[in-house]
Amino acid sequence: MTNLSGVGDDIVWQHSSPRLQTLRQCQVALLGLGALVVAVGVPVVLGQVPLGVALGAGVVVCSFVASQLMSRRVRAWGFAERDEDLLVRRGVMFKRLAVIPYGRMQYLEVTAGPFERTVGLSTVQMHTAAAASDARIPGLPTAEANRLRDQLTQLGEHQATGL
Amino acid sequence: MLAIALVLVVTSVSGGHDSGDQYRLAAVVLALVIGAISWFFTRWRVEDGVLRIDRGLFRKSSERFPLHQIQAIDTVRPGLARLLGLAELRIRMAGASGSSGRLAYLKAPHADVLRARLLALAHGVDEAAPAPPEHQLLQVPPARLVVSMLISGPGLLVELLIAAVVGVALLYPSAVGPVVGGGAASILGAVGALWQRLNGEYRMTLAEAPDGLRLRAGLVETSAETIPHGRVQALRMIEPLTWRPFGWVRVEVDVAGKGLKGHQNSPQRRAGRALLPVGNRKQASWLIERVLPGVPVLRTPAPARARWKSPLRYRHLSWASNGGYAITTGGRLRRVTDWVPLAKVQSIRRVEGPLQRRLGLASIHLDTAGRHIYAVARDRDRDEVAHLMASLPRDCRAARRSAG
Repeated sequence: MTNLSGVGDDIVWQHSSPRLQTLRQCQVALLGLGALVVAVGVPVVLGQVPLGVALGAGVVVCSFVASQLMSRRVRAWGFAERDEDLLVRRGVMFKRLAVIPYGRMQYLEVTAGPFERTVGLSTVQMHTAAAASDARIPGLPTAEANRLRDQLTQLGEHQATGL
Repeated sequence: MLAIALVLVVTSVSGGHDSGDQYRLAAVVLALVIGAISWFFTRWRVEDGVLRIDRGLFRKSSERFPLHQIQAIDTVRPGLARLLGLAELRIRMAGASGSSGRLAYLKAPHADVLRARLLALAHGVDEAAPAPPEHQLLQVPPARLVVSMLISGPGLLVELLIAAVVGVALLYPSAVGPVVGGGAASILGAVGALWQRLNGEYRMTLAEAPDGLRLRAGLVETSAETIPHGRVQALRMIEPLTWRPFGWVRVEVDVAGKGLKGHQNSPQRRAGRALLPVGNRKQASWLIERVLPGVPVLRTPAPARARWKSPLRYRHLSWASNGGYAITTGGRLRRVTDWVPLAKVQSIRRVEGPLQRRLGLASIHLDTAGRHIYAVARDRDRDEVAHLMASLPRDCRAARRSAG
């Protein structure tokens, strides 16, 4: 993976749970399957079998590509807790690295969408006073997410400074 | 409230449908009555170091504002209130959310006296002591403001639209109806936006007061706002293309807390609060030095490779930072310079797109709590960015500690 350091090579990056990867691949597969059914079914019903086969092949190829991209994307999420701030990195094409001081975190949210909940994962979202700070850590086991939230909240309170 | 009533009256007069008139009149009267009730049932008092404002007849609300947290009190006088000799006080509190209280429509001299008393109580000074005098810094001549608006981007657009409509009306008199109808709506909208800006910045006077910078401005609605020291989140200087022959620039400021004027759709919310609506460079740099003392002067431009990625704005990109501030410049037609005090930085983000990766560049975003101004150091060399990502968090932390 491309070296994103510059904040120090001794960063220990933590990643999302492997269950997130499985979940995302399942989502891509489901979407692909649905698209396949439509792409093949509609032309066949209308009597255009070759078109249906061609579209179906196209959908399969696209799904494969999407699955590869999704896999790289999930692997690119990472976060690291340092002494005074939190680092979050994400993105494959547009690599982003955010540094958020604990003292600037206004509040933290732990949310879980319906799919995440089925595999017992949650997302931690950090908010500062700036609307553009958009640090999210998806796919953490729920207990870990809660621990992280409580720990960051406590650190934030200790180091909070005013606007 | 009164504005809504007036708008209703005006539209009903120009509408011309007879049957709807009495409904519109009833709506106007109702709006006036509701406004009057709301004013009549607003009570305030100071008790135990807390300002308490109770309002409402059916839906009561009681707000409390601790006096020692009052940071600034603005005086706003909408057009109709000015005619009646009234004024409104807006109280702005310290704290992250910067909530504000409103005391609507006191008699104007009474409002000034009350403001002085509340501020004296907030600072723990004797109520009867006279308010310390303000020290005027600069004033923007109205003629300059009008000319600058006429040649600004939106101003030129409006003039073009009007010229187009008039041209069509002269050349094709038969097509006047639909063209004027369609064009008039957009022209009115644009003119309305310009008017709001003119109204908000007319005859702006900047003065140094003990509690911050005091801005007075207004044509129909006048206001006197205070920008407290230490609440400035970011500063921006804009040099539009059409102003450059005159050497005029515009300085905008972002302050923590709720919107200063409370207008929902006014262009001021989009454009940022103007500290210097139009002025020459000397005034601008003097003002910036006053608001943010100790800004760095030398700037480093972007590496030559950046030309491949941002050919139009490459010449204007630069970055500088010392212990206290960061400066970024950018912009294609209008050059934009942003100053961000490092103590106010909320988060730092490094962004690297695919083209930047190929060229060995990256951008750094400095996020602030302000609404309009954001500082981006675009297309810097990758090693420089790596070095900055290590040093900037430290510098920001040091700045926060020394400031707070």
